Amino acid sequence: MIRFLVSRIIQGLVVIFAVITITFTLSKLVPGGAVRNERNVTEEARKAQEEYYGLNKPWLVQLGLQLKHYATLDLPDSYHYKGRGVDEIIASGFPVSAAVGVAALLIALAIGVPLGALAALRPNTLEDRASTFAATLGICTPSMVLGPLIAMLFGLKLRWFNVAGWFDSSDWVLPALTLGIIYSAYIARLTRGSLRETLAQEFIRTARAKGSSETSVVFLHAMKLASLPVLNYLGPAAAGLLTGSFIVETIFQLPGLGQFFIAAATNGDHQLTIAISTFYAALIVGFNLLVDILQAVLNPRIRLQA
Amino acid sequence: MLDAMRWIVRFSFLLAALGGIAWFHHHRTHRPTRVDEANRDGILLIGNGSEPATLDPQLASGQPEHHIFHAIFEGLIAPLPENPDGDGPGAAVSWTHENFTTWTFKLQPNGRWSDGTLVTTADFLYAYQRLLTPQLGADYAAMLYPMLNAEAYHTGKLSDFSQVGVKALDTHTLQITLKGPAPYLPSMLKHYSWFPVPKHVIEKHGKMEDRGNTRWTRPANMVGNGPFKLKSWRVNQTIEVDRNPHYWDAASVKLNGIVFLPIVSDTTEERAFLDGQLHVTLTAPLSKIPGYRESKAPFFHSDPLLSVYFYRCNVTKKPFDDPKVRRALALAIDRESITRNILRAGQKPATGLTPPGTLAEYHTPDVMRFNPDEARKLLSEAGFPDGKGFPTFDILINTSEAHRSLAEAVQAMWRQHLNIPARVLNQDWGVYLESQRKLDFQVCRAAWVGDYLDPSTFLAMWQTHDGNLARGMPPNVCKS
Repeated sequence: MIRFLVSRIIQGLVVIFAVITITFTLSKLVPGGAVRNERNVTEEARKAQEEYYGLNKPWLVQLGLQLKHYATLDLPDSYHYKGRGVDEIIASGFPVSAAVGVAALLIALAIGVPLGALAALRPNTLEDRASTFAATLGICTPSMVLGPLIAMLFGLKLRWFNVAGWFDSSDWVLPALTLGIIYSAYIARLTRGSLRETLAQEFIRTARAKGSSETSVVFLHAMKLASLPVLNYLGPAAAGLLTGSFIVETIFQLPGLGQFFIAAATNGDHQLTIAISTFYAALIVGFNLLVDILQAVLNPRIRLQA
Repeated sequence: MLDAMRWIVRFSFLLAALGGIAWFHHHRTHRPTRVDEANRDGILLIGNGSEPATLDPQLASGQPEHHIFHAIFEGLIAPLPENPDGDGPGAAVSWTHENFTTWTFKLQPNGRWSDGTLVTTADFLYAYQRLLTPQLGADYAAMLYPMLNAEAYHTGKLSDFSQVGVKALDTHTLQITLKGPAPYLPSMLKHYSWFPVPKHVIEKHGKMEDRGNTRWTRPANMVGNGPFKLKSWRVNQTIEVDRNPHYWDAASVKLNGIVFLPIVSDTTEERAFLDGQLHVTLTAPLSKIPGYRESKAPFFHSDPLLSVYFYRCNVTKKPFDDPKVRRALALAIDRESITRNILRAGQKPATGLTPPGTLAEYHTPDVMRFNPDEARKLLSEAGFPDGKGFPTFDILINTSEAHRSLAEAVQAMWRQHLNIPARVLNQDWGVYLESQRKLDFQVCRAAWVGDYLDPSTFLAMWQTHDGNLARGMPPNVCKS
């Protein structure tokens, strides 16, 4: 177990530094340059700005400095938000995205798992068809359509929640609902498929034969194994949800990380792009590790090996 | 019996659920909107575009920052309350000039920073020196170029700031000497590049020329000389300002505070407005304007913006080096039809580069016309009769639906009237700027918003070293 953890953490660090290097290289290949302004500035000002950010140094030196920043955890300043460290920006945006993300994840599970289970337990009935139809509809509806619809219905029509902003304690509801509905569709589909497959297996027949009640068969025996593909999906999905969705954050005007991620790309703020990509990579690495451990706990046939 | 009990339980659950929803609905629909609360507290809620890049007025160049600076800072001359284009006393109580070249300003004897320190000429000298210091790399340094020797100091040709045309005659008398007469200086001074900055606060947190020294703009540290002072800055959420008790004219300030909300999406902003979260939006979805004009008839009001939208031709590339070709392109665009059918928000067709209203007695020359016959004649004189042999070229735009529909209209007009093939090419803002800087385009869209009230704000940028395409665009670049 310890050896497994150490080896996975080392692998994770390699992945993270590879992400930094790749993002850095890509940012250098992006046309448009890092120093960009609303207005074209004089050549003197441009030179002074490039010098300040070390953009006049050779590529390799810049990359070395970049890796050093992350190795020593002394993170650089954003190009666009002057004098603000990228860590400060992530620290301000992440809690908002994470709060909405956790709520969305819970909503997704609360809708997705029962819906999928219902469909799996009554295959080819009206319930199954309806829930599969709902899931397909959810997967096909992009958040940029669902978000404004939800905002119009619960915000402007019913006036239950604010349509935008992050001020009241209830402002997480509509964005979390938007994200949750979309993710629940995937979860419902995964749950349905995997539960049906599990229910057809030998050990379920054994469980039934030994006289377990149907409830105990489904929830104690089958669900445990059937949740593995869902869990697998939840790792990256959780990382995605926690770091925020640009579209949902823009629709509901949330000061989360997703807005910064896209703004960084359009502003040519490569420092921020690299930082958020790295943060995202670190989260995915972390969640995947967590999922691996959880799977070993749930399925005795999986052993953790370095 | 048992069955009946079960139904009673089910029914009461349903009733409780419905009652809960009704209570929730009543409770939620009877809460005051944010605008109601703000009205009670005397606070204005404004949508302000994107999150400001900085609150240091000498490092900024964007529009969102602009509105905030006018709340927190004040220039020598301020807009008159009844006429924003008028020149009223700001940080200066009075001013005189000789020949529009040497200007002398008397500062407010009681003008103070929001921490109570007096605003003196030293703050202005410091501000102008800081803005012009080459290492700071200020976007708006060129705004000070009308001042004697400012350009030489900024480009490093001159290292002695005392030779730049700004002098403190005493702690409250400031003298600005210009390169030449500029009657529009008062209007220019209302731009934030000319605002003073608090020397004592900036120096406390770092060096003058350090771009990273923005600690002083954090709410705990920041001081300004405007009617409001910074209260809080929650990134990507709100910037709040409240009354500056030390402001020289604090008695005439009616608002208790302003909240600036960075809302990027115009549809989100519109929803927030309809939901009672905003008093003022920065923009409105263009497509909704004609609808609002009709449905909100008594309240709908539209103000002109001092701005011009135009296309550049790259004169270093054939066939755009031929003035006849460029004139033909210009004459084949039906501006009237564009404003009437595409823009539809009350824009006026441009008849010249400088829009009307730039100066009270200024008349825009009527040089831009729609005359397809003359356009065709010119094009055939240039060697392309009926558009034959004219190479396919791109109209470069930055990615935006509005620019695309305009470009497509122009593309269609050029095809219809001149029979020449144009394509529309869109690039991201940064790439689009870079393409212009490298002269890597044939025709591209451009726009300019006046910084002050004088035609020179639209015309000076065509000089080699000024504003817009600062890279030393050849002076013979055309517009169409």
